[in-house]
Amino acid sequence: MDRQMRFPKRGVAIVALLGGTLLLGRCAPSAPKGSRKAPAAASDLQVAAVKTYVPPGDLDEYYMFSSGGHSGQVYVYGVPSMRHLSTIPVFTPYPGTGYGFDDESKKMLGRFTWGDAHHPALSETSGDYDGRWLFINEMNGRVARIDLRDFKTKEIFGPAPNISGNHGSSFVTPNTEYAIMSSRFPIPIPKGTYAPVEKFATDYKGVAAGIKIDAKTGAMSLGWEVLLPPFDWDLGDAGKGPSDGWFFLSAYNSERATGKLEVTASQRDRDYIVAIDWRAAEKNARDGKGDVVGGVKVLDPKKLPGFVFLMPCGKSPHGVDVTPDGKWIIGSGKLAGITTAFNFEKIQTAIRNKDFSGEEDGIPVLKYESIKDAEVQVGLGPLHTQFGPDGFAYTSLFVDSAIAKWKLGTWEVVDKVPMSYSIGHLAAAEGDTVSPDGKYLVGLNKLSHGRHLPVGPSQPESSQLVDISEEKMKLLYDAFTEPEPHYAQIIKADKIHAIEVYPKEENKHPLAIWDVKDAGVTRQGDRVTVKAVLVRSTITPTSVEVKEGDTVTFALTNIEQTTDELHGFGLLDWNTNIVVDPGETKTVTLKIDRPGVFPYYCTNFCSALHQEMQGYLVVKPR
Amino acid sequence: MKSPIGLGPRGLLLLAALLLVPAYVSPLWRLTMFAPQYQEGLRLDIYSYKLVGGHHGQDTREINLLNHYIGMRDLVAEDFTEFKWLPFVVGVLGLLFLRAVVLGTVGHVLDMAVLYVYFSLFSLWSFAYKLWSYGHDLAPTAAVKIPPFMPPLIGGKQLANFEVYSYPALASYALGGAALALVLALFLSWRVARREAAAAGAPG
Repeated sequence: MDRQMRFPKRGVAIVALLGGTLLLGRCAPSAPKGSRKAPAAASDLQVAAVKTYVPPGDLDEYYMFSSGGHSGQVYVYGVPSMRHLSTIPVFTPYPGTGYGFDDESKKMLGRFTWGDAHHPALSETSGDYDGRWLFINEMNGRVARIDLRDFKTKEIFGPAPNISGNHGSSFVTPNTEYAIMSSRFPIPIPKGTYAPVEKFATDYKGVAAGIKIDAKTGAMSLGWEVLLPPFDWDLGDAGKGPSDGWFFLSAYNSERATGKLEVTASQRDRDYIVAIDWRAAEKNARDGKGDVVGGVKVLDPKKLPGFVFLMPCGKSPHGVDVTPDGKWIIGSGKLAGITTAFNFEKIQTAIRNKDFSGEEDGIPVLKYESIKDAEVQVGLGPLHTQFGPDGFAYTSLFVDSAIAKWKLGTWEVVDKVPMSYSIGHLAAAEGDTVSPDGKYLVGLNKLSHGRHLPVGPSQPESSQLVDISEEKMKLLYDAFTEPEPHYAQIIKADKIHAIEVYPKEENKHPLAIWDVKDAGVTRQGDRVTVKAVLVRSTITPTSVEVKEGDTVTFALTNIEQTTDELHGFGLLDWNTNIVVDPGETKTVTLKIDRPGVFPYYCTNFCSALHQEMQGYLVVKPR
Repeated sequence: MKSPIGLGPRGLLLLAALLLVPAYVSPLWRLTMFAPQYQEGLRLDIYSYKLVGGHHGQDTREINLLNHYIGMRDLVAEDFTEFKWLPFVVGVLGLLFLRAVVLGTVGHVLDMAVLYVYFSLFSLWSFAYKLWSYGHDLAPTAAVKIPPFMPPLIGGKQLANFEVYSYPALASYALGGAALALVLALFLSWRVARREAAAAGAPG
């Protein structure tokens, strides 16, 4: 009886449990809230499609220059179509344009065939993009200048002495007087000095360098260097308007920690932004002040007080961005979840009143409370801020994977748009100038998984176009890029006046020839010069005979003056791949170390008889 | 024939002389070529004394570059003997027009008209022959062999991937205007002369 009673009880319990599970239960959802692709209304899709559609033959409204990260290149996009228009090789050889194979570009690359390019900076006049040059930094202490007349890299400056891990770069001043460099990885200086890692806090140095830019030619030279504490100098911006004359650089690891930095460098609640009065730095350098380190004068703020100040900022800041009117400096504490608006006037007052809360290596630290106007709760992982024309700011949120739109002055966050996924920098149309355009914003995302056809484990990056012309931000388009854009800049297309051929009369190359009759081989001892003409559809001379042991310089002139008539010069069995644009002369010098017959041919398709554009390098044995 | 001409015809002759001036400053003929790859077109302006390619001369180089594939000779100014005599002849015609304005008799006007017609037809023939010979004197070693052809003298024609248009240009229209002025002058003076002759021939 007892037993009989017991069974039903247990049965009831089981049923109740099952039922309860079913009732309460539902299973855990298979995806997070809001993760399902927003079922956008058909009309929204149509609007987005029309806004991004640039019909065949039509041109985009903006250029976007995207850094290529460790690809060492710059990618050129059209906005709003997000079509990839071209790649400008900068720090890495690029067989497609023969970059890094001819004598001149090989010399420019120096001993490197890689570079980690992060932050493009369009040249400015009165704080507005002027469409003349594009500067871009690279981690091995270099900055390159691209001429936007022909979209070619014209100069690579550096490696600069004492600069190590040039991440906080290249941010130009409002009239392109300077670009800046700074050390993300402090080392003992000068380069080549030994000091154990344990001495990091004292013997390792941070350095910032002002790279002087010639107003006419754009040529770069070292202006001055400033000694900074061994923090990890990360990003920067130049002041404008009232704050013109100052550089602002952010730093993490004010703990001066080594080892497992993700922990050791994340202990303090605040890190810093440094404010450098670059006119004063310029004057100090002009007056011959500073100590020679690594062959250059380095200004030590401890000995030369009054031109370098530290501003406490939210934990591990990344972006530091000056508002279009130059009144505020926006610093984003990556691990603090807030963005701080520093008031430039208050900074000046605090400097005047010596309103300091401490010092680091002799550099006064301004009192945080005295210089900040607001802390904006933008969201998690704020990184970088860009601006619109109407007093709105747009901050990328890495951890939240979103963009926050907020208002300068009222400091309220008014909108957010999710990004797929993990946005790093963002770029609004002319969004870091004195007169941002609004309209478009591109989120430069670190992760793209699942948004494109699978292409194996090496994933492309994602650049998402967002419409910021209305109150609500709207995602318009997903574009996928090669590795790995960090920052990008977007400039109105009509500000750039690019040529399509090199005018013959501008070619001053001493070995240029313009008539096939002048083509031929000259010899001086074992130095051989081959003056060659490339024109549809012959490489003249069609054969060249030299001797083993010769040093041969091919001077290749493409005598075309027609758009798109590029010619190549590929020499088989040699690492020689030259591409010569119309009207251009390039040289390549080879040490002939083996006999044989080596075909050369036009690599860049040119004409119906392109295949026939070929010849032989014949090498007689010694 | 010997009767002097009136003010009207003299004015017309002066006008004809003036209408020769454009032959020194603007093109006589314009060749235009379009192809899918050349949406903007390649242009060649033929003056009385020179060839001018569009795009600051680049189009001449491009046309020659393309023509070398079919074995056509380069279009070069030295080939055009017309450039040597045309400006001179136009000048002589101008002087003769002015002479006729001053000395003007119906005979002069008639001479001028005949001379002018001859000049026009000869020039046109010379130009047509030039086109013909360029299209027919193709190198036997050409990479692309095509049957000899005659480019259009006036009008349009499809030649391989090219639409080729050939039309008179400003200077030719001016020369045409000069011809009209001449004809009108001849007509007017002839009519007056005939009337006068009739009057003179009448008894008394």
